Amino acid sequence: MIALKKIHSRFVPLQMENVDTDQIIPARFLKATTRDGFGKNLFRDWRYENNDDTKPKPDFVMNQAKFSGEVLVAGKNFGCGSSREHAAWALQDYGFKAVVSSFFADIFKNNALNNGVLPVKVSDDFLAQLFELGAEDTISIDVEQQSILIDSTGEEEKFEINLYKKTCLLNGYDDIDYLISNREAIEAFENKL
Amino acid sequence: MAKTLFDKIWDNHVVKQVEDGPSVVYIDKHFIHEVTSPQAFSGIEKRGLKVFRPDKVVATADHNVPTINQHLPIKDELSRLQVQQLIDNCKKHHIELYGLGHPFQGIVHVIGPELGITQPGMTIVCGDSHTSTHGAFGAIAFGIGTSEVEMVFASQCLLQSKPKLMRINIEGTLSEGVVSKDIILYIIAKITASGATGYFVEYAGSAIRALSMEARMTICNMSIEMGARGGMIAPDEVTFNYIKGRQFAPAGEQWENKIAAWKQLYSDADAVFDVEINIDASEIDPMITYGTNPGLGISIQGHIPVTENITDEGERKNIIKALEYMGLESGKSLLGMPIQHVFIGSCTNSRIEDLRLVASVVKGRKKNENVQVMIVPGSQQVARQAQAEGLNKIFLEAGFEIRQAGCSACLGMNDDKIPAGEYCISTSNRNFEGRQGAGARTLLASPLTAAAAAITGVITDVRELEPIH
Repeated sequence: MIALKKIHSRFVPLQMENVDTDQIIPARFLKATTRDGFGKNLFRDWRYENNDDTKPKPDFVMNQAKFSGEVLVAGKNFGCGSSREHAAWALQDYGFKAVVSSFFADIFKNNALNNGVLPVKVSDDFLAQLFELGAEDTISIDVEQQSILIDSTGEEEKFEINLYKKTCLLNGYDDIDYLISNREAIEAFENKL
Repeated sequence: MAKTLFDKIWDNHVVKQVEDGPSVVYIDKHFIHEVTSPQAFSGIEKRGLKVFRPDKVVATADHNVPTINQHLPIKDELSRLQVQQLIDNCKKHHIELYGLGHPFQGIVHVIGPELGITQPGMTIVCGDSHTSTHGAFGAIAFGIGTSEVEMVFASQCLLQSKPKLMRINIEGTLSEGVVSKDIILYIIAKITASGATGYFVEYAGSAIRALSMEARMTICNMSIEMGARGGMIAPDEVTFNYIKGRQFAPAGEQWENKIAAWKQLYSDADAVFDVEINIDASEIDPMITYGTNPGLGISIQGHIPVTENITDEGERKNIIKALEYMGLESGKSLLGMPIQHVFIGSCTNSRIEDLRLVASVVKGRKKNENVQVMIVPGSQQVARQAQAEGLNKIFLEAGFEIRQAGCSACLGMNDDKIPAGEYCISTSNRNFEGRQGAGARTLLASPLTAAAAAITGVITDVRELEPIH
């Protein structure tokens, strides 16, 4: 996993609640056997008319040239539904390093963290402020400080992340390394079963 | 100290607590399927690892398999490749596979219980959000992502933070025509599609105790649709009687020992939950969804909310968008609305009892000529039993199409899709945009409600279906 420390970027505002993983990456794209290349199908059916990638839907934020950046900002309950990690892979492959929302579904949150995509949970009020900003506005996210800052207004909020996951993100460690290092304890546990 | 059912199982499985972090939790049973496992296998191989405890892993092919001509090679190249990779990976890593053609093949959450693999007190995971189904046996069961599948392959453990706990008590007696699917759709409509996010849910109360094992599975199955990581029900005689004698159930002296241990699995009388919700079973009507998340459901006798009256702006926008997608109008009743498809299947409602419910409505009738009806049994075993009980005859005489086991039109990864703009009453679990095919419009309901619509061709209250003359 690649380490993630700071992000300073514009953001793409997806002002929708309950964005489910079937929208992030529709099931028909889950037949791949590698983790690569999902970005082109991110939000496929919201992005294109009739599944035709030569016909982008002009109303969808990702198709509007003025919006760009490494951060996706979305309404509450982002990532609900299917456990497909392909959703996190698609966001990452497209170039998003963080998703900001006022509420994340549990499995998506874990999947994102396991791929170095940071879920930043902010208050409803802070989220509303983000949606009011212009396309050229930037935000700064600092993993060490657990903070998210709107650069133009100076408005800042802290976000939660457990110390273990924070250490993993800052150093690019993943859970598997940690679990394997505990095999002796695991075997001892099994012997007691 | 008083413990909840969840606490008791969790405490039995904590290998180690990480300082200021999650726990290393031991996993008793790991189910895998073709769609969320290939990258996990290649992940451990890249690290030069073998599957740590292959005897604790069980595999099946269900998500993308065709439901006709399963004896022939899969036509879709990508699906064929994915299924072949599962075969190769299981062989290489010595994992038991109930693949296509095997008499135990079926939807992963149907076969685990029916084979007696799923047992009380276990920790169970699978790269599928509906793993919550297995919680009906008094197990901690939850869906995981592919990186987590890889972790379990590598160590038989996961790093997990203990969730908050919610108990939903449903007391009283269900009305006629109301089944377990209606209970869970009612709960989700009440607390919303995110109402239990961050929680593990225990379902309790006299209405739950009165349910069969398969009906309990339907409830736990949809826990994820209100955001809960899992759902669970304390095991009792219903549970024990269901498990006894199944293929992989304990037997003899081992059975007696297990029963003694399983009887300890309940929430202590003074155990404390972070949240408790009480529901009166008699308030629940047959339910149906009108929107694009499972929380947007109403009584079949009810009306779609009037959007102008919704005060929360976010929610109002959501419902307006959902109604636009669904081609439905604010404030209207759904009764009498024509539908074009009925799908009976999925890990929610494809077990033998579900098929018996459908048959009880359909027997001696014919489907409406404008409706296509597809029945997809949850497993090969369910299919054989339906045949043996004469249910297939009832379905065929009614003009239903009977398919072979798989996830099918629940998520439309194979050819079983609903055409854009058409309506499908589905016994599955998700009505998301495009879930059953791009542009498809899904209305979630119980097997009884789906069967009634198959006969009339319109959305029907099964209690009002005219008797056969």
